Amino acid sequence: MARELPMLFAINEALHIAMESDPDVIVMGEDVAGGGGRADQGIEEAWGGIMGATKGLYTKFGASRVRDTPISEMGFLGAAVGAAATGLRPVAELMFIDFLGVSFDPLLNQAAKLRYMFGGKVRVPLTVRTCTGAGTRSAAQHSQSLYAMTAAVPGLKTVIPSNPHDAKGLLLSAIRDDNPVVFCEAKSLLFGSGEVPEGDYEVPIGKAAIAREGSDVSLIGIGQTVTTALSAAQTLESEGISAEVLDLRSLYPMDEEAILTTLEKTGRLLIVDEATPVCGIASEVASLCVDKGFDFLNAPVKKVTAPHAPVPFSPVLEDAYMPSAARVVAVVKELF
Amino acid sequence: MDLSTETLMDMYRKMRTIRMFEDKLSELVNTGKLAGFLHLCAGQEAIAVAVCAHLRDGDVVNSNHRGHGHCIAKGVDIDGMMAELFGRSTGTCKGKGGSMHIADLDKGMLGANGIVGAGIPLTVGAALTAQIKETGGVAVAFFGDGATNQGQFHEGLNMAAVWNLPAVFVAENNGYGEATPTEFVTPSTDLTKRAASYCMRTESADGMDFFDVYEKAGRAIEVARKGEGPTLLECKTYRYYGHYVGDPMTYRKPEETEEWKTKRDPLDKFEAEAVSRGLVEQGNLRRIDDEVRESIEKSVAAAEAAPFPSVDELTTDVYYEND
Repeated sequence: MARELPMLFAINEALHIAMESDPDVIVMGEDVAGGGGRADQGIEEAWGGIMGATKGLYTKFGASRVRDTPISEMGFLGAAVGAAATGLRPVAELMFIDFLGVSFDPLLNQAAKLRYMFGGKVRVPLTVRTCTGAGTRSAAQHSQSLYAMTAAVPGLKTVIPSNPHDAKGLLLSAIRDDNPVVFCEAKSLLFGSGEVPEGDYEVPIGKAAIAREGSDVSLIGIGQTVTTALSAAQTLESEGISAEVLDLRSLYPMDEEAILTTLEKTGRLLIVDEATPVCGIASEVASLCVDKGFDFLNAPVKKVTAPHAPVPFSPVLEDAYMPSAARVVAVVKELF
Repeated sequence: MDLSTETLMDMYRKMRTIRMFEDKLSELVNTGKLAGFLHLCAGQEAIAVAVCAHLRDGDVVNSNHRGHGHCIAKGVDIDGMMAELFGRSTGTCKGKGGSMHIADLDKGMLGANGIVGAGIPLTVGAALTAQIKETGGVAVAFFGDGATNQGQFHEGLNMAAVWNLPAVFVAENNGYGEATPTEFVTPSTDLTKRAASYCMRTESADGMDFFDVYEKAGRAIEVARKGEGPTLLECKTYRYYGHYVGDPMTYRKPEETEEWKTKRDPLDKFEAEAVSRGLVEQGNLRRIDDEVRESIEKSVAAAEAAPFPSVDELTTDVYYEND
């Protein structure tokens, strides 16, 4: 029987493998050890990161390569860029992607641009792991899905896995990529289990994956909305509509070929994105379909997204905020 | 002073090169031959040269928007720099960076930077690499007084101190952040005070005096190299040009600038001291002046004759492509 692990453990396993296989890989961020160096008090690795994704790294790889940083997101992301440009391969943990607000410059103006500004004479092999998404009652400043912001910056790559298997393989690819990669971890998926192969493997950046085959309509999911799309597909099947689900996985570079292939197959396409609707990934996919897939379209391209509003706290409001399978089903029915 | 005549002549050559390079750029902008934002460092030459005199190729320097002097002091080739400023394919960065982004990693020059303060965390990262990989290297950040009001300065110094990194932070305090006098926006113009809350070593130097900066930077770099932690080195200085070429400089009196130029000029001061101590001959310095003038004229001619980048280059170097 295949081994099943929560996504969080898959991420932890990838970090262990990356650090074992390359001495230049370091891990830095707030609480990544969380009490590292307090062995005299019997306290070490109290946290291992806010979610526990970096547990065990401090004990195994030591204080030099696993660093608790001050709560200075701009400072330590900048330091990670400087370290990446001078020979290390840092994995920095930006606790929540919302904190881009205090730390965007190192990504926007440094990591993304050094190579171009320097005429191709530097590589910045930096990975920024960051939690994204709503559904955990964390309200407006700890629940956003800001990946469209990083995907829009030339020089950065942005990925988001929807299952533990891809989380492990995509993280290994991200760490080994010689470009800065933003690796999004949808909080609500971290504790869900799925099949995770043992050992070292990579899932390529830039490739989407078919999560479910179908013939009547294509549903594009991003991170946790892959689950939403799969749930909708199940309901639709009972109503006689065969839905294909494409897990986008990589937001930049985006797998245009996979999107156009599924559109050609079904002639109808809907994107489910938990991010806000303006200037988002869903809009980007819709634009692609209209531009390069116009002849395949038998119906308008549809977006099911969060509203143009901050993420609310009240569970009733937050549940209404997030795209639901029911909404997806209702919108799909409009296409026939 | 442990400097040989040969080294002193080399130091003078570097300072004179920076001065003439900047004067030439001013002329080129004013005659419409150069485009873009140019921030010149004439007046501040002694700091870059005296600090970099203690560095090796493997040591890393980060600079700011006023970075030409740091590049020259760290050994970046002026022909490549001039071509870069002209936007030519033979430029240090193939014409893609321009004045504010000249970088040459082979020389340990990790870039000028257009974002005030941003080079400071990058320096912390370079020092982290040196510490983790045990290279014996040192990382140096050059920045202005204005940058000490940025969060990146404080976050960077805090991390450098708490990790005991081999870094030196060189604050070039020229009295103005763009058009605003330092005392209007900074509670004390003694910037070394800012290091106190990071329990960081400090040095304060007369940035117009090569020998003073040389001595104090030497101590700071030696301490860093020995693994004894970072230093904030403040150098009081003055920029002869405005914030950028074209700056009307309405915020300061011409008399003030004249006073610094005539009484405290770093090249004059260097020459007076080195000659009076019998370390160099004045005639040799004049010969260097002529050689430098000629090399800069040549760099301009070569840059003007060089090809522009092909438009195909527009989207290359955005990502590293494995192939």
